[in-house]
Amino acid sequence: MELFGINPAILVASLMVAAVPILLAAIGELVVEKAGVLNLGVEGMMIMGAISGFITAVHTGSPALGFLGGALGAMALSLVFALLTQVFLANQVATGLALTLFGLGFSSLMGQGYNGIKPPRTPSLPFGPLEQIPFFGRVLFSHDWVVYASVAIVAAVWAVLRYSRAGLILRAVGESHDAAHALGYKVVRIRVLAILFGAAMAGMGGAYISLVRVPQWTDGITAGAGWIALAIVVFASWKPWRVLVGAWLFGGITVLQLNLQAAGSRIPVEYLSMSPYLITILVLVIMSSGRGRAGLNAPASLGQNFHASR
Amino acid sequence: MTQDISADVLLAIEGIGKSYPGVRANDDVTFRIGAGEVHALLGENGAGKSTLVKMIYGLVKPDEGHMSLRGAPYAPAEPRAARAAGVAMVFQHFSLFEALNVAENVALGMDDPPPMRDLEARIREVSEGYGLPLDPARLVGDLSAGERQRVEIVRCLLQDPKLLIMDEPTSVLTPQEVEILFGTLRQLAAEGTSILYISHKLEEIRALCDAATILRRGKVVGTCVPREVSARAMAEMMVGASLNAPARATGELGPVALTVERLSVASPSAFGTSLKEVSFEVRQGEVLGIGGVAGNGQDELLAALSGEARTGRDVVRVHGRGIGHLGPNERRQAGLCTAPEERLGHAAAPDMSLVENALLSGAVRKGLVRRGFIDWPGTRAFAEAVVKTFDVRTPGTGTAARALSGGNLQKFVLGREILQEPGIIVVNQPTWGVDAAAAAFIRQALLDRAAKGAAVVVISQDIDEILEIADRFAALNEGRLSAPVPVAGLTLERIGLMLGGAHGMHKADVHAAEVAHAET
Repeated sequence: MELFGINPAILVASLMVAAVPILLAAIGELVVEKAGVLNLGVEGMMIMGAISGFITAVHTGSPALGFLGGALGAMALSLVFALLTQVFLANQVATGLALTLFGLGFSSLMGQGYNGIKPPRTPSLPFGPLEQIPFFGRVLFSHDWVVYASVAIVAAVWAVLRYSRAGLILRAVGESHDAAHALGYKVVRIRVLAILFGAAMAGMGGAYISLVRVPQWTDGITAGAGWIALAIVVFASWKPWRVLVGAWLFGGITVLQLNLQAAGSRIPVEYLSMSPYLITILVLVIMSSGRGRAGLNAPASLGQNFHASR
Repeated sequence: MTQDISADVLLAIEGIGKSYPGVRANDDVTFRIGAGEVHALLGENGAGKSTLVKMIYGLVKPDEGHMSLRGAPYAPAEPRAARAAGVAMVFQHFSLFEALNVAENVALGMDDPPPMRDLEARIREVSEGYGLPLDPARLVGDLSAGERQRVEIVRCLLQDPKLLIMDEPTSVLTPQEVEILFGTLRQLAAEGTSILYISHKLEEIRALCDAATILRRGKVVGTCVPREVSARAMAEMMVGASLNAPARATGELGPVALTVERLSVASPSAFGTSLKEVSFEVRQGEVLGIGGVAGNGQDELLAALSGEARTGRDVVRVHGRGIGHLGPNERRQAGLCTAPEERLGHAAAPDMSLVENALLSGAVRKGLVRRGFIDWPGTRAFAEAVVKTFDVRTPGTGTAARALSGGNLQKFVLGREILQEPGIIVVNQPTWGVDAAAAAFIRQALLDRAAKGAAVVVISQDIDEILEIADRFAALNEGRLSAPVPVAGLTLERIGLMLGGAHGMHKADVHAAEVAHAET
């Protein structure tokens, strides 16, 4: 079964894999933004996660520890952002951009001497006979644990935001930090925790690129994935399951573009490369034109610094 | 005075003091609240009422003094501790989340909320038990101001409080809603809950409260039993001076200056109110008061008059000339100046100096920009004239607007518009959050402008203010404007009905109208 020289089962299976980094980074950023913080440093945190994860995995020989190292590396970087924006009340947009620039440079420094090394392999999970089911075996049961974990994290974030008290408090802080403070919630502490969670997700996403997708280390390996993750959060209008859809859509376009190139298609790849961003712009226009429910979904305190006055 | 028997004292406050850099917010404050008592805390803006209740609610720690609750020492480190001790608070602003529903808002104010489904049932039960019906599933952003307040009250009641603190609860309510609220509060007091009621509306306090403590500049300056003293006596204790009602010259009205005909504008904000076929005219030398409960289209009306929202050319006319299609600067040129409600961020740019803020609005009429270059000496002189004429207390005109107190900034904003000598001036909530002395000054300035032949439109939620200065009154209700009626001979009952209230007036409010009439 082939369409334009592309096998749909392989296409779907590989888009699920291709989407993992942006999916993890986007679900983390969603939590951060739901708490009212706009962290534009996702790209920087991802690449810090990519190099820290790579170094950890190479030295320990364990990919699982590599993902942990990636998360910790990105969290360390995000602490700089948390300190500047939550304690010193620096502008979030400027600080986030600086974080990306710093992360790109610093990862490059850390990565000296790691070029050309192969990291330990992350194997697919064994599903036995299930892998033999036509089409679905390839699509659903041929992946490594991170793919399944990323979907599970989306489900967990959705459930926590929707049903738990912690999620309610997080949303409340992002909605109106003044009101949350007046009720006695620790706005800064909650936001710092959200920033750390976002960084851990971005770091794991980055580590997935250097440990599984590529898998090796080169400078600037994330190649803009962090920016796509930021776009997905807006595209998804801050809803977890739509983040999953968005990540698969954007990941799918990346894979399709590679496959079309390989199949010698006549559609210039540049159109496909720009399509995620065009779709995001389109969604933004549609969202903001209708003043209804969709437009309301953005956290009301997004990007505003909180300072407890009298 | 009312509570000598210590057994009946719920909360005792002894010698509480709190300082901020440059300000002594509270100084040796001592008073007691009895069990089941409705106790009023009276004072002007800046008298230290808010700081005091924040200390009782655990949001701020006192520098000195101590409190005791039912005889036991009470020093809440955070609101959670205060709630655990049985102290609940209904805030004036900033404590509801518009994008969350009623049940979620209530849950956020509780320390150990039951599961959502049980909570929804409890909300229904309690809200109906106290005559404050609420639908737990509705978004708070879609509720009226009165319903939002119910959410806050129900949130407190679910925790079975011993002391309920209410900060300016009636500022957003219609007279009819006030009566419902008072009924609830009396029921609570009868059940043994003490209420600390903060307000500067004296007639309400006389109708509701058993005892009152009056604060001025952070100190207790008196206590009284509100039922036994007149509103004027309490006001004078509050201000520390005798108050003068604004004087007005009765002159002949000139020709029609401002005409608005069938003005319909969609609100730019999702939770706003669209205007529907608003029509009125104002003559030279006349003051038109537009009353209404917050969120009934006041902001949208001001935007349509200032030029922020544009309409058809002939919908808004100045001296017969259509200006509906023009922007704010062209309207200023035509002699129409406006001052919006929100001082910081709308009327004034918070981080810019007073000189720069004076330029932003005064550039056109005062000729402060020549060939694209700013005339800084002229602008400075204009800003200094505003500061001097309107007694704006500021270190200098180079100070950022943000650094001024609310009342002073309001004087600056209104002075800036009035000194441009517009033929028509439109103001929204000119004395909101301004102390009595400054409010009297602002009202007098508006009347003086009218006496010089300007047409004045005052949009206000303060009915007493409108009765005091307006010639004619119109009510804004859900974006529709009633036909203007002369203020002379208007009863509060009639006003309540015009504002959209349904039935049943409160005695105290009728009385307030009589007082207001007596003073004008």
